[in-house]
Amino acid sequence: MTEIMPHQNAIDCQNLWKIFGARADEALVAAKNGEVDKDEALKRFSCVIGVADASFSVAEGEILCIMGLSGSGKSTIIRHVNRLIEPTDGQILIEGRDVMGLNPKELRQLRARKIGMVFQHMALWPHKSIADNVAFGLEVQKTPKGQQRAAAESALEKVGLGGWSDRYPDQLSGGMQQRVGLARAMAADPDILLMDEPFSALDPLIRKDLQDEFLKLSREVKKTTLFITHDLDEAMKMGDRIAIMKDGRIDQTGTPESIVLRPETDYVSRFVSSISTLKYISASEIMTPGKAKSGAPEFGASTPLPVLLAAFTEGAEELAITDGETHLGRISSTDILQAVQTDLKRV
Amino acid sequence: MDWSVILDPFASVQLPLSQWANESMTWLTSNYRSFFQAIKAPVKWALDLVEDGLRDSPQSIIIIVFTLFAWQVANRSTAIITFFGLIAIGLIGAWDPAMTSFAVLVTAVAISVAIGLPLGVLCSRVNFIWALVRPVLDFMQTIPSFTYLVPVILLFGIGNVPGVIVTVFFAIPPLIRLTNLGLREVRADLVEAADAFGATPFKRLWSIEIPLARPTIMTGVNQTVMLSLVMSVIASMISVAGLGRLVLVGISQLDLARASIGGLGIVLLAIIFDRITQGFGFTRRDRGDRGLWEQGPMGWLRGKLRHQN
Repeated sequence: MTEIMPHQNAIDCQNLWKIFGARADEALVAAKNGEVDKDEALKRFSCVIGVADASFSVAEGEILCIMGLSGSGKSTIIRHVNRLIEPTDGQILIEGRDVMGLNPKELRQLRARKIGMVFQHMALWPHKSIADNVAFGLEVQKTPKGQQRAAAESALEKVGLGGWSDRYPDQLSGGMQQRVGLARAMAADPDILLMDEPFSALDPLIRKDLQDEFLKLSREVKKTTLFITHDLDEAMKMGDRIAIMKDGRIDQTGTPESIVLRPETDYVSRFVSSISTLKYISASEIMTPGKAKSGAPEFGASTPLPVLLAAFTEGAEELAITDGETHLGRISSTDILQAVQTDLKRV
Repeated sequence: MDWSVILDPFASVQLPLSQWANESMTWLTSNYRSFFQAIKAPVKWALDLVEDGLRDSPQSIIIIVFTLFAWQVANRSTAIITFFGLIAIGLIGAWDPAMTSFAVLVTAVAISVAIGLPLGVLCSRVNFIWALVRPVLDFMQTIPSFTYLVPVILLFGIGNVPGVIVTVFFAIPPLIRLTNLGLREVRADLVEAADAFGATPFKRLWSIEIPLARPTIMTGVNQTVMLSLVMSVIASMISVAGLGRLVLVGISQLDLARASIGGLGIVLLAIIFDRITQGFGFTRRDRGDRGLWEQGPMGWLRGKLRHQN
């Protein structure tokens, strides 16, 4: 089937500002003119700048990770998408519709049908059974009881918790609770998932399991996901693209590769310095101009480093990098060793 | 110059507070007597309903009905306590005054809950209202209860109905306070989660916040019940009948017998009432995943009926 709809982002966030404090309006003007930074705003207006001029978009079916340390404003940003927090300035569009233009009823419908949210500390309601927790979004929409139960059970099945419906949250381990949180977010089959540090409160091994399962599930159901994390490794793993935040600003947005290989600010480069680039280097980054010996194996410009390494271990002396017909360059064993050396020095 | 005015100023300079109090009371009684009498009417209606029901019914029927009721809303051990508690009240010769006290108590607690719960909810929603209510509650809780017996007599008269009104006045503050506190202390992320899934403010209050604040709110109800019982002796000074009057007469005549009957009766009533109200606070989970009507005698009856069909 051909796509006839014009390309539209599922989430569009344009020049978002959030300033907390009684004199937010004054602080906004000053901050926009570049007169005050975060510290200055606190001193002069006793206002906290939570989000400063943040713009990003998430395409349909894409996972965008917003990464930043605590206090960087990432949790504040995600709450603007379903308007749990009102922006001081700027716009949020969900499939082209301005969230700020919705009346209370429309906003509730958006939250109940279109957007599912997963919270850092699970936020399961302790007095409700697992099934009732999961079905709450449907209960709110006044879905018939039987349908609620069926949807809750199928969502629990998806996260591997079939048969736990009648237990209570405190009878589950942390990892299981967050699976319930995920099932609750997906029970109403929303198009968009907002995940606010969903796995950061879990043990490393359980975190890894849940990350893998979420990626698998996400590929199946193709939900647009905004994923918040303070863990760069997690961001690299989960995100189709990553936005790195610092002091309320988005420093850089891009694919994991481009963030690691081409950091645009000092902050980002300091951040990614601990990440090995080897996984992300491709032939185009290490090839040198010139023609390879005839008979050298040919590879495309985007071939990743591990594949090139494998070619050398299989006995090749030199690699030819081509774009089908045209010759782009060559890679010798020295080139590849230099690339590895550079990376080792960097870390 | 006479230094005594500066050294002992209050010997000569005083605000005419007693005069103001008298004048405002006269003004209230002469202009608004009908208003205060109108407040009495529904209270009197409710009190008569309960009291007539309790006095006209045979004692054994009351014991059986209360025992079954306790079993229904709480559990079997509460039913047993209720059964023996009521028998003990009968045996010590306090049955009639106990029923009168019970009627005053039930009416006062019902009115307190009917006013206190919604007001507590409102206070937790609107900071401005809480800022107004809070000093009023402070005042109600610190002013000695004997003080407001006088204006109550002037405005409402004496007897059981004004007794209910002073009891409500005395017993309602902790319920409002604790309802407000319980709702404000509900974990913010649990409330936010309800919002994130599109709950209306009412739905959020009813399905998430009130159930989560339930232990604190029930502590408030419990406090109200206990304070109502405490008030029964004080209220007997404005001619409220019942167990409190036995104690009061016991004090004034140094009659230890009567005082002990009244005192013991109040303690027994307190135990029964406390246990039953706690039963109302049980959750479905506390009841072993059964609803209120799926347990106790009703549950037993339903089981029987289903078996026959």
